[in-house]
Amino acid sequence: MADTPKPDELAKIDHIPPLLKGWMDTPAEIKPGIYCYGSKPKDLNYVDMPNPRDWSPMDDDWKLPEDWEGIIHEGFKDRRDKFRTLKLFMDICVRCGACADKCHFFIGSGDPKNMPVLRAELIRSVYRKKFTTGGKLLGRLAGARELDEDVLKEWWYYLYQCTECRRCSLFCPYGIDTAEITIMGRELINLLGLNIDWIAAPVANCYRTGNHLGIQPHAYRDMIDFFVDEIEDVTGVRMEPSLNRKGAEILFITPSGDVFADPGTFTAMGYIMLFHYLESMGLDITWSTYASEGGNFGYFTSHEMAKRLNAKMYAEAERLGVKWILGGECGHMWRVLNQYMDTFNGPADFLEEPVSPITGTKFENAKTTKMTHIIEFTADLIRHNKLKLDPSRNDNLKVTYHDSCNPARGMGLLEEPRYVIKNVCNNFYEMPPSTIREQTFCCGSGAGLNAGENMELRMRGGFPRANAVEYVHKKYGVNMLSCICAIDRAVFPNLMEYWVPEVDVTGIHEMVANALVLEGEKERTTNLRGEPLPGMEDEEDV
Amino acid sequence: MNFIVSILFSGFAVVLIVLIPWVGVWAADLRFLFGIIIPYAAMAIFFTGIIVRVIDWARSPVPFRIPTTAGQQWSFPWIKSNPVDNPKGWGGAVVRMLFEVLLFRSLFRNTRLEYRTTDGGPKIDYEWEKWLWLAALAFHWAFLVIFLRHFRFFVQSVPSFVTILESLDGFLQMGVLPLTGWGLPGVYITDLLLLAAVTYLFLRRIYISQIRYISLPADYFPLFLILALGLTGVLMRYFIRVDITAVKELAVGLFKLSPVVPEGIGVIFFIHLFIFSVLIAYFPFSKLMHFAGVFLSPTRNLSNNNRFVRHVNPWNYPVATHTYEEYEDEFREHMIEVGLPVEKGIEPKGAEAEASEEAQKE
Repeated sequence: MADTPKPDELAKIDHIPPLLKGWMDTPAEIKPGIYCYGSKPKDLNYVDMPNPRDWSPMDDDWKLPEDWEGIIHEGFKDRRDKFRTLKLFMDICVRCGACADKCHFFIGSGDPKNMPVLRAELIRSVYRKKFTTGGKLLGRLAGARELDEDVLKEWWYYLYQCTECRRCSLFCPYGIDTAEITIMGRELINLLGLNIDWIAAPVANCYRTGNHLGIQPHAYRDMIDFFVDEIEDVTGVRMEPSLNRKGAEILFITPSGDVFADPGTFTAMGYIMLFHYLESMGLDITWSTYASEGGNFGYFTSHEMAKRLNAKMYAEAERLGVKWILGGECGHMWRVLNQYMDTFNGPADFLEEPVSPITGTKFENAKTTKMTHIIEFTADLIRHNKLKLDPSRNDNLKVTYHDSCNPARGMGLLEEPRYVIKNVCNNFYEMPPSTIREQTFCCGSGAGLNAGENMELRMRGGFPRANAVEYVHKKYGVNMLSCICAIDRAVFPNLMEYWVPEVDVTGIHEMVANALVLEGEKERTTNLRGEPLPGMEDEEDV
Repeated sequence: MNFIVSILFSGFAVVLIVLIPWVGVWAADLRFLFGIIIPYAAMAIFFTGIIVRVIDWARSPVPFRIPTTAGQQWSFPWIKSNPVDNPKGWGGAVVRMLFEVLLFRSLFRNTRLEYRTTDGGPKIDYEWEKWLWLAALAFHWAFLVIFLRHFRFFVQSVPSFVTILESLDGFLQMGVLPLTGWGLPGVYITDLLLLAAVTYLFLRRIYISQIRYISLPADYFPLFLILALGLTGVLMRYFIRVDITAVKELAVGLFKLSPVVPEGIGVIFFIHLFIFSVLIAYFPFSKLMHFAGVFLSPTRNLSNNNRFVRHVNPWNYPVATHTYEEYEDEFREHMIEVGLPVEKGIEPKGAEAEASEEAQKE
């Protein structure tokens, strides 16, 4: 693993591309700290992906299949016929450059091929050569070039420097969406077995064990039990979350990252506490070990793989006989659930239109997918005064909120989380407008790029977000970055430690649970992290 | 290839396009060719090309509904949603498209990255930048108005919308410009706007380093072509006058499909017409197709209603999944151990199994 440069070193970024040397004459140089390790054969094998083999991106020989050019050509043609987006986005870009300085990877790295327009041109140039008359006749003068191994490596390198966050698409006058181009590009190179380890392994895990981390059912049970013990320590209340229970009214699905590592675990505990609180009011909910993953790394591989992994949600809902599904805090999970799930694996006729058993609210916006976001669910509870909350328990926090890319630009879940936050804590400060809501910046590690070996890339990609956090940290003393995405919770601690070490990371339902006053609880002296609550700093017995 | 080569190549191409009719008409007197055949051919390519292209796009389905949501979703009555930037139904999507097509809504969001390292550490700012939006808007609207004004030449009696446009467009009379007294006709604002906007759009490709880096000959060429088109038009209107009656006769003839080439039309007109012909013939093969493409863009023209209105993928196909049964088969023992419910218990060894085991022993 490459040493990550220090922040002041890394902050020396030059955004001015070379004057005279064109980008087609500048082959990609694959750098440690930026690239991710190649996929391993066992993972590709497990899900029948093509060309499983041992390979390293640093080798000259990537062990491509013999007819790799033909495979790409056919794959491209096939996708052109299947996706209007691909054709259109290849054809209509005018290179106005509005997207150029909107990408977090370009801002953080200055690498011109990270300008969304140029990332797309890497593929467009080949498309022109293959499929347009002008490109065939005029070649470079028409912006066209042959696909050779160097170009293929360049594709690989830059397709895994895009987090599919769609910020560029917001500014594009024609709505050209780099996420869509990256998705297509990754599909294509996956036909040659060119995935990264950090995506291929979670995909194989998820296929087998139901979640990215490969947590087997008994271990999952253990983890939930561990949370139950922790919660009892803090609150004095013993809870009994159920797993794989048939006949429950609601199935709860959340990213496995949150049952696995801090600070996501505190959010997972938050869910358990909320559900327990609501039990006496009529909530009948179960978790599942089979559908134990909200996220979908298949989506970072191909549409088909996304569909294969997503299928578990409806399948499990049908098996357990629930009425509807509640989904946890996660980013790309909600892009898939909102924009793909029903089309992939619906219609889920065996489910019913979600209705909150506590408030009676019909979630009309989830009428066909039958899947509601827990932030919507909780916002509705608070709106109807169903939760006894003591926001002062979060008074030690000065909170800002990071809109995750996908719920923001692939759904529009902007106000609900803010409503919840403002009801569970007293100090909330927004980051600058160009960095939140629909203009939010990516964490820099989405779309499967939250590996360890590409730490420099992640620190660069997360830089714009971190810089905005630093702004509110200095201005208002913000010390907590809240978010509704499991990948955020997994990667922000690193990013904050690197750029703004005074700021910690939390999920919203951790704050909800800390503020939630439970029936029969003991006097709470600490929060879920075991830190003293405001005013309880002197209590010895923690 | 760098920007100098790109500019030179595009520049030469446009110079050539100016020279061809010049030589062709002035030296070889090919008025019929440049006045009738080429314009007709160009129009044929233009219309066929666009139709073929759009049909080709439309032939590919939109398997997934993937609007870029740029505002609050529709969820609860007590949360104000943004029906235009995050449309819930087709009405909102139509309005969103109108904003996009008529006012360049997305481009209006544009900002400019300002990066500096100060004593307090690095600082990223997003500065006001509406010039691209302004120039793009000025360019497209001016082009449209100028095009519509040309209907004065295409039909015998000038349509009333043209007269209205002309009077609006020409309110800036010569009196206010330094050219007063040269005996020139009224200046159209759109003429000035078009030339200024195209010039700006060209200059920004050179002086903004990132745009310079991404620009292709295919970006400079149409700009130069349109600039040449505008300049020849302006020259003709204000400086090198041509016989307008004769030009109109030719244009009306073309329009009515009974073409004639009257005598006495200056070469400059044929240059103007040829540039226009090249522009429209080039159109279907170029990035200029964005004018049609924007209407088909799935991130803009769809509503964000996936969770309550089903979207069907016409080529959806069954995929291999890892079923619950397979999952339980692999983990059943462990699941039972920790008390997780299972579909099938571990079957106690039946008589048959015991019998066969015994048989094996023997």
